[in-house]
Amino acid sequence: MSDDHVYLTLAEGHEDDTRWAYGTGFEDPLHGVDTTVPEGVDAAGLAAECVALADDALVGAQRLAEWITRAPELEEEVALANIGLDLLGQARLLYTRAGQADGTGRDEDAYAYFRDAADFRNVTLAELPGGDFAFTVVRLLVLSSWRLAHFRGLVDHPDPVLAAVAAKGAKELAYHRQYAAQWCVRLGDGTDESHRRMRAALEQVAPYLGELHTAHDVRDEVAADVRQVTDAAGLPLPVYRPRPGSGRAGEHTEHLAPLLTELQGIARAHPEATW
Amino acid sequence: MVTAGPALPDAHRARRVAERVPDPELPMLTLADLGVLRDVETRADGTVVASLTPTYSGCPAMAEMRADVAARLRAAGYARVEIRTVLDPPWTSDWITESGRRKLAEHGIAPPGRAPRGPVPLVLSPTRPAVPCPRCGSRETEETSRFAATSCKALWRCRACREPFEYVKEI
Repeated sequence: MSDDHVYLTLAEGHEDDTRWAYGTGFEDPLHGVDTTVPEGVDAAGLAAECVALADDALVGAQRLAEWITRAPELEEEVALANIGLDLLGQARLLYTRAGQADGTGRDEDAYAYFRDAADFRNVTLAELPGGDFAFTVVRLLVLSSWRLAHFRGLVDHPDPVLAAVAAKGAKELAYHRQYAAQWCVRLGDGTDESHRRMRAALEQVAPYLGELHTAHDVRDEVAADVRQVTDAAGLPLPVYRPRPGSGRAGEHTEHLAPLLTELQGIARAHPEATW
Repeated sequence: MVTAGPALPDAHRARRVAERVPDPELPMLTLADLGVLRDVETRADGTVVASLTPTYSGCPAMAEMRADVAARLRAAGYARVEIRTVLDPPWTSDWITESGRRKLAEHGIAPPGRAPRGPVPLVLSPTRPAVPCPRCGSRETEETSRFAATSCKALWRCRACREPFEYVKEI
């Protein structure tokens, strides 16, 4: 390995063939972790929980990645990409855990690239199209707050791998929530136009809140975070208007399939290719 | 084999080899400085077991770190090397050593302050005191981005010396 320059290190061949770029066939992210499912843990339930939480993260990360090259400022592009990267890391660990728990031994690629929309269990809020920057930060606030509150409960899960992923992820999610909240206040308390867009974004998110709490009921924590932000920003609280359908039951909007087509296209056209 | 002085006990020597592996993204630090190398032990059969923990869930350097530690240990003569990943307890920036903090500052990267304990609250006022500039020491600094080129850093700038700098986030 060259210690002179980081980029020379990246370009070097490796006897173990580790790679940094994106693609399929990466090393198992739980490599070297004790992956026994403890006695008394409902393995099928554990697998289902891991897949659902991984799907939320993968689909959310894909929507954040769509901002790359088109965010309002370079700093925000870097921020959204980094948040997506944290979520992608959580997804990789959770998919791998799911494959161990459900007994199929499927790897992360099998879950991410070779399932169709109806097999995904992400909440529908995660799959909605990116919209404007106001919608992006409002959705990020709500999803980060909700996932954080749920992860804080999961740190006591009887499965030590899920508990550890949650403990680590909670630190990351608190940072994501902070980023989103600060933008929500800045835009809500900004110009007439940014305020108008924030109100519209809150209204757009509102119908999807019920589905979140059907999946994991942490409504008090999320409501407290949202109220703190709307109070500081001079924005009204979103009015709760539930819509039918549940991503956790595989009932998705028309927006998930095109997202997956883009995400999965190369992996399906060239199965087992690495690049 | 010629050795200079008495040979170190094997486990100790293996640990010294692993401790010196540089971090792929912050190459001025070793994996030991960064607190990512959690343990090195040698089993009765001679297998060296090195335990690493990721800084962030999505850290793309993790596979590279595993490969680097294994390669360096093999190059040092250990035929059987096993790399374990430790997820619990999760990495905290408090594990960056004193020497690691000094090296970061010498390279113009502000080291982290003390990591928060317990659940992190949502705070809408400025969340932390100003980070001192690693070049001139001034506290007349401001955050320009909560994220930077790697997961573990944020971007700041110094209003006194006008230089931008990176800052290792405390988690």
